[in-house]
Amino acid sequence: MQEYLPVLLLLAFAVVAATGFMVLSGLTGPKRFERGKEDPFECGMPLFSDARRRVTVKFYLVAILFLLFDLETAFLYPWAVLFRKLGLFGFIEMMVFILILVVGLVYAWKSGALEWQ
Amino acid sequence: MDSAVAFLTSKIPFLASLPFWVVAFLVMLVVALVILGFALTYEGIATYIERKVAADIQVRIGPNRVGPNGWFQFIADGVKLLMKEDLIPAKADKFLFVLAPYLVFVGSFAAFVVVPFGISLIAADLNIGVYYVMAVTSLVVIGILLAGWGSNNKWALLGGMRAAAQIVSYEVPVGMALLPAVILAGSLSLQEIIRSQGGYLGIFGWNIFHNPFTFFSFFLYFTAALAETNRTPFDIPEAESELVAGYHVEYSGIRFAFFFMAEYGDMFVVCALAAALYLGGWQVPFVDVSGLSPLLANLLSLGVFLAKVIALILVMMWVRWTLPRLRVDQLMRMSWKYLVPLTFVNVLGVSVWVLAFDGKGIPALVMSLLGR
Repeated sequence: MQEYLPVLLLLAFAVVAATGFMVLSGLTGPKRFERGKEDPFECGMPLFSDARRRVTVKFYLVAILFLLFDLETAFLYPWAVLFRKLGLFGFIEMMVFILILVVGLVYAWKSGALEWQ
Repeated sequence: MDSAVAFLTSKIPFLASLPFWVVAFLVMLVVALVILGFALTYEGIATYIERKVAADIQVRIGPNRVGPNGWFQFIADGVKLLMKEDLIPAKADKFLFVLAPYLVFVGSFAAFVVVPFGISLIAADLNIGVYYVMAVTSLVVIGILLAGWGSNNKWALLGGMRAAAQIVSYEVPVGMALLPAVILAGSLSLQEIIRSQGGYLGIFGWNIFHNPFTFFSFFLYFTAALAETNRTPFDIPEAESELVAGYHVEYSGIRFAFFFMAEYGDMFVVCALAAALYLGGWQVPFVDVSGLSPLLANLLSLGVFLAKVIALILVMMWVRWTLPRLRVDQLMRMSWKYLVPLTFVNVLGVSVWVLAFDGKGIPALVMSLLGR
């Protein structure tokens, strides 16, 4: 775990630096509040509704597809690291795995999940 | 890091009297400052170069008022952004609105930790380097999504949702396109992958020239990486002609600067990854850097690495100012129907190649035919 200490330190440093910039900006920037400034920007038109509205279901479909395929990609990495040691056995094992993955992709394709109309 | 601490304690007697962790902490602090300084300077200069490239392509002059040739334009821009008024919309979700720029900034900065700048110039050579980069750059997606939702603005919401869908779709081909280099090197550590591309073959030892599949993998990765960084032709999330500015419509001053810096930081990281995995990283063509004195070797490898990365960044800028923007449906089709199947084929091809030729690439096979 010791090799992760630099990473943690640098992350903490990044947060401190970002906070520093924010504080600096708060100290140097003007503060002239007017009512109109705090409204959401809508190209100068008066607001006519709240932005908290429902979004199309296609975004959720993409998110679900992503979860499946990214998990598969994550599984492929350990295999790729050890591929040369595993040889033909590892190759056949992974071909079965990728075949199942491709069947899933073909199913998503045929059922129209990849269309964005 | 341990070697750096040992070196310092042997050179400066005062440090030897301190406990190990104090010295290590000081070393890390200096490294963090150097990386932050590098990232900020690079991001500033990159904005200037981008404007100059845009101007050249559009036959204009570009920024030329601040300093000779406008060289100090980025300093003026930075100071201006720092001294702008910081606005939070009245109806925004304050916590998420404030949190989002931090996530984006930290996510893009954290990836710099494993960037292999030179033969021993790396803040932390993690043994899961490639994985780590993919994990922390995903923080940016969360930041963008929070920014879009937290602003309570229709443009921002649409931009944030589009950005999330796009980055998430292209995450799959990016991950798959990096696999061939991992297979060839048998390691996820970036330094290890770069070392495996050295040797007597010179530039033909690079992974991109290993076999036809790795050659295509590089271009697949670069295309998908363009989409990952929301650059044109994949800049649907910020499409200024329809969404004004997308997810950062409501951000002003330094918070906007965080998003801006993160975009350029991400560009550097994906180009560094492409250079490290496929273009030999800091390997100097036909010069064995490990044989030189440490100082010379580090300077030489740093220069070569930065040259490769900057060349790729310039290609990204060139593409941005040349190609028109894709539509949303074209964008999704590009990822799921073209890039994902092609990267599958590439991974298959590379693994068959490694089995068939015992891991030797075309240049090595040619050399063995010629009797070397």
